[in-house]
Amino acid sequence: MPENKSNGGLKIGVYVCDCGINIASKVNVAEVVEFAKNLPDVTVAKEYKFMCSDPGQDLIKQDIKDGKINRVVVASCSPLMHENTFRRATSEGGLNQYYFQMANIREHVSWVTADKAAATEKAKALVAAAVRRVAIHQPLERTRVPVNSTVLVVGGGIAGIHAALTLADAGKKVYLVEREPTIGGHMAQFDKTFPTLDCAACILTPKMSAVRSHPNITLWTYSEIAEVSGFVGNFKVKVKRKPRYVIEELCVGCNLCVEACVFKKPAFPNAFDEGLGKRKPIYMPFPQATPSVVLIDPNTCSELKTGKCKKLCASVCERNAIDFTQKEEFKEIDVGAIILATGYKAFDGKRIPRYGYGKYPNVYSSLEVERLVNASGPTGGELVLKNGQKPKSVGIVHCVGSRDENTNKYCSRVCCMYSLKLAHLIKERTGAEVYNFYIDIRTPGKGYEEFYDKLLHEGVHFIRGRVAEINDWAMTPDEQGKLIIRAEDTLVGMVRRIPVDMVVLANGLEPQEDAEEVRRKFNISCSSEGWFLERHPKLAPVSTFTDGIFLAGACQGPKDIPDTVAQAGAASAEAMALIDKGYVELEPNTAYIRDELCSGCHTCIPLCPYNAISFNHEKKIAVLNGALCKGCGTCVAACPSGALQQNLFTDEQIFQEIKGVMSYV
Amino acid sequence: MSYTYFPGCSLKGLGKAYEESLLSVFDKLGIEMTEIEDWNCCGATSYNSMDEMKAFGLSARNLALAEKYLQGAESVDIIAPCAACYLVLNKTSRYLKEYPEIGKQVHDALSEAGLSYAGLTNVRHPLDILQNDFGLDKIKAHVKQPLKGLKVACYYGCQIVRPYSTFDNQANPMVMDNLMKALGAEVIDWPLKTRCCGGSLTGTVQEVGVRLSYIIVKEAQKRGADVVATACPLCQFNLECYQDKMSGWYKDNLKFPVAYFTQLMGMAFGIDHKKLGMHRLFVPPKAATPEGRI
Amino acid sequence: MPEWHGWQKLKYEAELDPKFADEITAIPGGEKLANCIQCGTCSGMCPLSTYMDYTPRQIVAMVRAGFKGEVLSSYTSWLCASCYACTVECPKGIKITDIMYSIKRRAIQEKVYPKKFPIPVLAKEFFGNVLRNGRSTEMLVVIKLYLKTAPLSMINQAIMGMKLFFQGRIGLKMESIKRKKELQTVLNAMDKEAVSTGKGTL
Repeated sequence: MPENKSNGGLKIGVYVCDCGINIASKVNVAEVVEFAKNLPDVTVAKEYKFMCSDPGQDLIKQDIKDGKINRVVVASCSPLMHENTFRRATSEGGLNQYYFQMANIREHVSWVTADKAAATEKAKALVAAAVRRVAIHQPLERTRVPVNSTVLVVGGGIAGIHAALTLADAGKKVYLVEREPTIGGHMAQFDKTFPTLDCAACILTPKMSAVRSHPNITLWTYSEIAEVSGFVGNFKVKVKRKPRYVIEELCVGCNLCVEACVFKKPAFPNAFDEGLGKRKPIYMPFPQATPSVVLIDPNTCSELKTGKCKKLCASVCERNAIDFTQKEEFKEIDVGAIILATGYKAFDGKRIPRYGYGKYPNVYSSLEVERLVNASGPTGGELVLKNGQKPKSVGIVHCVGSRDENTNKYCSRVCCMYSLKLAHLIKERTGAEVYNFYIDIRTPGKGYEEFYDKLLHEGVHFIRGRVAEINDWAMTPDEQGKLIIRAEDTLVGMVRRIPVDMVVLANGLEPQEDAEEVRRKFNISCSSEGWFLERHPKLAPVSTFTDGIFLAGACQGPKDIPDTVAQAGAASAEAMALIDKGYVELEPNTAYIRDELCSGCHTCIPLCPYNAISFNHEKKIAVLNGALCKGCGTCVAACPSGALQQNLFTDEQIFQEIKGVMSYV
Repeated sequence: MSYTYFPGCSLKGLGKAYEESLLSVFDKLGIEMTEIEDWNCCGATSYNSMDEMKAFGLSARNLALAEKYLQGAESVDIIAPCAACYLVLNKTSRYLKEYPEIGKQVHDALSEAGLSYAGLTNVRHPLDILQNDFGLDKIKAHVKQPLKGLKVACYYGCQIVRPYSTFDNQANPMVMDNLMKALGAEVIDWPLKTRCCGGSLTGTVQEVGVRLSYIIVKEAQKRGADVVATACPLCQFNLECYQDKMSGWYKDNLKFPVAYFTQLMGMAFGIDHKKLGMHRLFVPPKAATPEGRI
Repeated sequence: MPEWHGWQKLKYEAELDPKFADEITAIPGGEKLANCIQCGTCSGMCPLSTYMDYTPRQIVAMVRAGFKGEVLSSYTSWLCASCYACTVECPKGIKITDIMYSIKRRAIQEKVYPKKFPIPVLAKEFFGNVLRNGRSTEMLVVIKLYLKTAPLSMINQAIMGMKLFFQGRIGLKMESIKRKKELQTVLNAMDKEAVSTGKGTL
């Protein structure tokens, strides 16, 4: 053991937690306590059922007050769970909170070790390490940094819209950044919403225009996040604004330019209509687009492609809003908190070739059908086939790209309900026979089961069986010219062939294509499927492992509109809690230089991302500004002479931990 | 590039025409194959129905024999034209790697007979070789009498693409279609190209097996094909030889040619029909083509 | 007391074999059977399910629940032509074709497969033929098959047989390999020890 006399006589208290049976069922806690009692400088060693409980914490506080101990080790769960709890107890007992060290004998031992004896031995090793380490802990103080009260919301679907409005209404300044030319997201494409069947546009567009007119919201559409740096309370964000070749401040959305365009007829697939409708090179994505500003697609515009166009659009624009020279520009903003609401991507039915999507024209994706039944859609709300006729029979295929190890293992959660909704709308609009092919009907939500009841009553067919294949191979005269859906009716135990005019694939939800890239930019985690990972599935569902960054909506996992809006509200509240507190306390994990060891080699200086290190030419050594240091540790790892050290992680502390484990072995 | 060749029992019997045409075509293209000396039956589907471990042992001997042709190379390619052989040999070599317990027992059994297998074989289908090793462009250069106007329904059957789709799209394989197009033929698009022909059920439970085969031939005919191209001796036999029975049972009048893809290649290359085993077909493909050329 | 001799739709727990599922799934990857969600993709993909007494999905459910008698005497596994359509599309990665093989082997072991049904007979004939000679002689296997299951229908096949004979596609020569001893040594050695993954297969 190192010399500790300067600490005025070490008295280490070791508290080993049973965690109910979480630890005690695998680790012989009494044996660990006995072991701890015999470690150098340990004056108290105790077992307790739940150390995190008030009586558990009181044990620590009382022992400190009684003068029995002056250093604390708790062997229990992950520091992520309760490090703060025990630091607080240490501090409330009257010690510096950093005179504390935690040994994780739950996640690192009892939960992952099958053999009881081995688990107990490993727990002892970790306790020995913690005891050696805490002996050389230094008293440290946290610093407070003020929090910027502006919030960045990334993504302008219903989640981002609701979060932005909630914050703005509470008086916070908000930047809302959306990649597409308009906000509204997937919800703007929908016709009706389940289970109440209210019109999606009727409930969404008022919120969209509220965003546009809100004095506290800066709306940047057609923009993407380029870079993120900084930390909780003080993020620096670089936003790329893509050129729309139309000056946003001047355009009033009169659409005269669209009418004037040299392309007399809309010729290019409109993404908002899932490619079923057509647009011109200059276009408004949809009538209620927000902002109500047109844009020019450089891939189809004659002027932008060849430079040889009559530019009729520009000549009719009285406000001179059209600017073919526009370039992408970058804006830098400072924000205190970030809410990610980047949404989802619909599964591409082409990935299951036996369903014939992309091959048979009358196999549709669910989003395509949303546009077809929508009054503002490409057919004006008429549900018609490619040949213009109304379908007499329609099959809706559930679980496309969900619950399937070949595509996505998870249940996409919303498809059952939206399939029921589409079944209702299709039946209502066409009177067709509608067949739902399902594995299980999942309707857990307020009013959802009642909606299912309603559909059953309406005479929609429900066949319990996952569709095997869809093709045009006819076996009987009435199958001729139809699409034949083949599936086992599992409740009957027979294979059925059902000829239909139209197939709707209830595609599941997937993480956005660039979710991984976005994850890296914001330094957060993803689940194995690629959804953004919440800090805790139950207790911190909208927080991430990066302080100050919150999640809302389907970017965290498949979610319907009610849940998305609820989560957006929760994320806003979390962001507000951070802002209204006004400051964040930073861990004192900053670096420092042991001047006598510094050789002045300059290695560290260019490495520091925060410019916290400079060179003292007189002394010929590096100098570190602790106020700028964010504790990333880069310089510490790079320093060839070991002069750079980091609080909470000094070389000596790490070595003592290793020695603790090794000497035990 | 040189290959070893595993003909399997069928190519020496019912599928003789497959072997004859394959050998002629490969000879024309200059693709060399050496028949594996003293190969034994792959076991097909029946062996696995009786004894799984013996089935692995049976085909492992073939893999071991093939490895004798390694001659310092990193691995040796085994060409297995029969779909069942292709699958069984493929499955065995995979299982020996993926399941060490099976691998060990097979290894021990082989060494008792003085054989050894180091896992250095690749089991491959002629279609794979033609498309990926040889190349369609080079094949085009050999075409003397393009199959112009001939509408081909390419029929892959099951076991070339399932469960291991090693060289083509499982749901919609195209390698044979691309090959036929390279020969100048037209191909028809149909959803049954990988649907099962019934396999050995045509012999055991005829009312079921023959019906399955009938479905395939009939659909090809309905969609305007002149000929079905196959890549498996059992598929060819089922689709062709039971047509009298199908016609009787289903009140049809089928005389629909079903040829090996290698036979169609040989015709396009101008190879003598005798060398392609054309005389071994029930329904001479000649009658069905528009120009009557084949 | 008069007794009902018609169908019975009641199964007593005591009639089920709780170990049956373990026996059938003791093959490489067999444990995945437990993941079945009874979606019916296998039955829908199967070109033969329409002729089976139980659909593949039902067989899976019955294996899991221990309906040993029903499963082993069912025609289902014997009608499976090994086309693997079920296996590649199963959303839970269950190798259904391999499960069918496992059922067939079990049925032969326990001698409960449907008697006179030609498919197991073909498998046995083929197996014996290859075991002895190393190669299969198609003609011999087929003739034996008909003799054992349906001697009369051989006449029906005679015309086709003659045609094939004159085309040189079938012959009566016994196919055989040279080193039969070598093959038999390998096959016998595969008998010796039970393999951990295949405890139900030997």
